[in-house]
Amino acid sequence: MPFLTQRVQAETDQYCFVASLDNVRNFSTILKAIHFRDHATCFTTKNGIKVTVENAKCVQANAFIQAEVFQEFLVQEETVVFRVNLTVLLDCLSIFGSNPMPGTLTALRMCYQGYGHPLMLFLEEGGVVTVCKINTQEPEETLDFGFGNANVTSKIILLSEGLREAFSELDMTSEVLQITISPDKPYFRLSTFGNAGSSHLDYPKDCDLMETFQCNQTQVNRYKLSLLKPSTKALVLSCKVSIRTDDRGFLSLQYLIKNEDGHTCFVDYYCSPDEDVPAAESPV
Amino acid sequence: MKCVVTGSNVKVLGKAVHSLSRIGDELYLEPLDDGQYQPTTPGQDLLRCKILMKSFLSIFRSLAMLEKTVEKCYISLNDRSSCLVVQLHYKYGVKKTHNLSFQDCESLQAVFSPASCPHVLRAPARILGEAVLPFPLALAEVTLGIGRGRRVILRSYQEKEEADSTTKAMVTEMSIGEEDFQQLQAPEGVAITFCLKEFRGLLSFAESANLPLTIHFDAPGRPAIFTIEDSLLDGHFVLATLLELDIHSQDQSSSEPHQQARSTAHQDNFASDDIDSYMIAMETTVGSEGSRALPSVSLTPGPQHHSNPGPDSEEDEDEAEPSPVPGTPPPKKFRSLFFGSILAPPHSPQGPNPVLAEDSDGEG
Repeated sequence: MPFLTQRVQAETDQYCFVASLDNVRNFSTILKAIHFRDHATCFTTKNGIKVTVENAKCVQANAFIQAEVFQEFLVQEETVVFRVNLTVLLDCLSIFGSNPMPGTLTALRMCYQGYGHPLMLFLEEGGVVTVCKINTQEPEETLDFGFGNANVTSKIILLSEGLREAFSELDMTSEVLQITISPDKPYFRLSTFGNAGSSHLDYPKDCDLMETFQCNQTQVNRYKLSLLKPSTKALVLSCKVSIRTDDRGFLSLQYLIKNEDGHTCFVDYYCSPDEDVPAAESPV
Repeated sequence: MKCVVTGSNVKVLGKAVHSLSRIGDELYLEPLDDGQYQPTTPGQDLLRCKILMKSFLSIFRSLAMLEKTVEKCYISLNDRSSCLVVQLHYKYGVKKTHNLSFQDCESLQAVFSPASCPHVLRAPARILGEAVLPFPLALAEVTLGIGRGRRVILRSYQEKEEADSTTKAMVTEMSIGEEDFQQLQAPEGVAITFCLKEFRGLLSFAESANLPLTIHFDAPGRPAIFTIEDSLLDGHFVLATLLELDIHSQDQSSSEPHQQARSTAHQDNFASDDIDSYMIAMETTVGSEGSRALPSVSLTPGPQHHSNPGPDSEEDEDEAEPSPVPGTPPPKKFRSLFFGSILAPPHSPQGPNPVLAEDSDGEG
């Protein structure tokens, strides 16, 4: 793409953010794991890019792709922030199709001139180039869940394979997902209360799937199942998940994802507990 | 009640539930003292529960996962909270507990006795499973009967009103030889009609368990009992059968006049094929009864049924071959055969393709 390269070179100084990737899937796959709303806010610093999606002021998902994942990563200012339609962005990133021929890679170059300018995407596969311009919007304030390590009451790290099927089989007729974490039995329990009755999924603290189990006090919290169900996408991609709750009952799920090149990326979900907090169910 | 199902038997239980889910929307669970079903004596107080099939099925939804990760299944009835508790123990010590609430418990007793049925058929479930494959999925009922030459015939059943309509003009028939049956204790001519959907459901379970299916039946209208058994399980499926009046003679006379008009130069008579190639000859009837044309498919071990020499033979209309299986639901008589020759002889009155359904205005 000689013509485009020339144009791009001349304009590089104009861009406050430029990133290049040999394999677009190292970026698009992670974004799919947080795609439960149309809009996302992108924060870029010299360390990498963070993409945030929120829903109902109760749940927030963040995808972190470090600068090392990219073949080229330049950020001219301290931070560059813009809001973009994530659905459109994902459609553009997969413009050559989502199931590529084995061995073919789609290359990506992302450029952003700054406030008021569109996000430019150059995608190339097998000599064919596509140029996309996506309009950006005013960045909106994103929630700060105030989740610091100081007030974390329990922390569990599980191998994702143990949770995958459980999450995909959660009773969707239940409005809530109740999470019980306790130093005593049942240790870690996921419960649903659906049309047919209740279901409880118990993980013992010493099971092989459990890498870490730290809990000082028993906590039972309920979260809206519909808000947490999208996290299943991140769970499927990940190899490990860390589950933390704090003293307010806020939930943090952090997923460790290894991309096709072996780089590590993170996705996290934060969720506030459901308003109508009922009495805890006694273990069966 | 407390029971434990271990290892691969959990998958069998799951398959049984899947199979039963095709039969009804509610499941009755009843614990048995010695594992044998017995009808209750009046006044006996038994613990029974009725649960929604959908809820129970959701526990066993993924058969693949059951096989891969479930080590044990505990089922118990919790009277106090009116709950059926199903607990699955997975690998790594992970447990999933389902508390399914009862629907109202009512006393249910099916009165049936295989021993009182005079007719019995037994065959590997796979044979019967393959035999029902060609039937349309939307077909409601099927007729099972013993035909000429001790062949077991399965034929799609149509209500008389449906049969008169030109839209539901396809009838499927399968014929299985006596040699495929482990037991065939029924005279020629007997037949019963029952629901295909439930039959398919119980067949799929029997097939997956790799067991023979025994069918105990009596006269039309009496229940038919389908049983599967082995050392671990015992299954009895009771289906109602259609009570039918024989209107065989009516049909024949009304089709008589048309028979003459439809005969052509093609004299080949399929009924003269080898006894193994059993085909029911069909005549289309036109006029007030509308018209129907039915193909006839024969499941035969041998290749004789459409190997007649010459292109003509495959395309012709059959002369009247009124030898329907006596005792079966009113036979529909049809003229055109399903297997048409691509090479149309010039004197074919129907053009290059066989007409499967007559125009109601009587052409053709």
